[in-house]
Amino acid sequence: MILASEGVGNPTLNTAVFAAFVVVTLYVVYRVSSRNSSTADYYAAGGGFSGVQNGIALSGDFLSAASFLGIAGAIAINGYDGFLYSIGFLVAWLVNLLLVAELVRNTGRFTMGDVIAFRMRKRPVRAAAATSTLVISFFYMLAQMAGAGAVVALLLDVQSKAGQALVIAVVGLIMVLYVLVGGMKGTTWVQIIKASILILCVVLMTVFLLGKFGFSMTALLEEAAANNSKGEAVLEPGAQYGSSPLDFISLSLALILGAAGLPHVLMRFYTVPNATEARRSVVWAVGTMTVFYVSTLVIGYGASALVGSERILDSTGGVNSAAPLLAFEIGGTVLLGIVAAVAFATILAVVAGLTITASASFAHDVYAGIFRHGRADAASEVRVARITAVVIGALAIIGGILANGQNVAFLVALAFAFAASANLSTILYSLFWKRFNTTGTLWAMYSGLGSCLLLVFFSPVFSGSPNSIFSGADFALFPLSNPGIVSIPVSFVCGYLGTVLSSDKADEALQKEMEVRSLTGIGR
Amino acid sequence: MTEVVPPRPRVATFGGIAPGAAAPAPPAGPDFAAIHASPAFVALRGRFRRFVFGMTAVFFVWYLTYVLLAAYAKDFMATRVTGSVTVGLILGLLQFASTIAITACYLRWARSRIDPDVAAIRAAAQGVAR
Repeated sequence: MILASEGVGNPTLNTAVFAAFVVVTLYVVYRVSSRNSSTADYYAAGGGFSGVQNGIALSGDFLSAASFLGIAGAIAINGYDGFLYSIGFLVAWLVNLLLVAELVRNTGRFTMGDVIAFRMRKRPVRAAAATSTLVISFFYMLAQMAGAGAVVALLLDVQSKAGQALVIAVVGLIMVLYVLVGGMKGTTWVQIIKASILILCVVLMTVFLLGKFGFSMTALLEEAAANNSKGEAVLEPGAQYGSSPLDFISLSLALILGAAGLPHVLMRFYTVPNATEARRSVVWAVGTMTVFYVSTLVIGYGASALVGSERILDSTGGVNSAAPLLAFEIGGTVLLGIVAAVAFATILAVVAGLTITASASFAHDVYAGIFRHGRADAASEVRVARITAVVIGALAIIGGILANGQNVAFLVALAFAFAASANLSTILYSLFWKRFNTTGTLWAMYSGLGSCLLLVFFSPVFSGSPNSIFSGADFALFPLSNPGIVSIPVSFVCGYLGTVLSSDKADEALQKEMEVRSLTGIGR
Repeated sequence: MTEVVPPRPRVATFGGIAPGAAAPAPPAGPDFAAIHASPAFVALRGRFRRFVFGMTAVFFVWYLTYVLLAAYAKDFMATRVTGSVTVGLILGLLQFASTIAITACYLRWARSRIDPDVAAIRAAAQGVAR
């Protein structure tokens, strides 16, 4: 309300910058996707990207609205506790670098299911892999679309819920268009363009902010504390999680162990020609993301210093609007327009990446692997993938309209908990543990997924606190808002028990083949 | 509580879309069991696992230490080092630094200690297949 009267930005300009981004990227997507009929082209861009390109695209996939809007907001409001997200999101990439990226690249072809079903009974394991991929992608997408609603409200000055819903629907339609026209190749280029603009944008803002405070971190921090209703507490841990250190630990575990289980990140490793390039992509992703996350620290505290925590919370977009408000404060309408477009592009690109992953998993694991017993021809598989993309796009639009206004970084942290619980244990066991078998795989995946769903449902996220989805009811039996500290060990233990207690034997020949393939890349 | 598992149909596995079988395998594909048993491969696997598991343990313990300090040693983390810069902030930035350092270290190590051996094993496997 206050903002509307102050007139934050110029909706026409914001829309124009965003439209320019869409037109340029759609043109690129159209140009690069001349031949797109084979499954290898649609799912993995024919393995034709270099490590550097894929690394930048990886950071584009990973630096979602949660990273940009969510973390900046969390640091602006809660200070140090918001910084934890930045650290967890970055350190998590070491799991990918050391344990996952190269081995996954060597073992699979298109989806996470390829890796974990390699030496197991195909159909039940592929079904489990597809289930967890779809659930995780859906949660992640929900977070992005919720962010879209907040950005729309603030930047295009659309106040009515119906108007916001319409804009979310338009975002969803453009995203589906990217995927249908461009496949993995087009989507990857969208990620590369978006990541470059996003990082350029945050670096410029950071340099400007540091300059404004005479390159003195102390000056910036003091000003941030002075303009935050929590005062000096924002410079110390505990402003947000002070009352529940266990919740803080649970969140940290989910963040660091989740990245290596995210299906859309895993799928990126197939777009490069070999394991060395997969390694190089992770290195580049770590490099660009370090720059980005250090910048979010400055931007977050900068927003607290220059905009003030109360004004951020009172604005239409709430906590998610810290970065755009800061942009308006330091660069006026033009910078706000650019940041608006970047935030929008971020959401658009990440949702497109998620859509292609989910549609690939359905078409490749469920349709080709289960319904057709692996005998589907490429053309019909790609057709199924395209239809799935449209269906998922529709679901994302509906979900986004419903989740409009929820906290973005927090929703993403939930998706990370799902990924860490359902996928990481299975991937690591199947790569490194000889005895691991089909029963163990199914137990690990379903116990992780199931315990996560149950714990979230009975957590303060759903009920029992003023910020819950059903704030009126109280059935919160589980005190933590992130389930990771329980569900991740549950999944590892169940995977172990399922393997040890069941009578089925691991396939020794395939196990040996998988070890050789994963380390050396022979056979690809 | 053992699950009853029906005997597994073993025929269809290779006929279908065995994942990873990128191209229809040539009649005499690489002999994975032989490569798996070769001393070169065993040595490579051992070296690789020792390094990545060791590194993983290092960064995981270091990260956990940091998280536990932030959760339970707030006064320590809130100590001002210079001006308003706290111990917590510096430890957080050190997490960034260690991530970069471990990445660089792995990159160097893999280049010199893994890549040449992988190339040799691949070359040997191709020689046999031919």
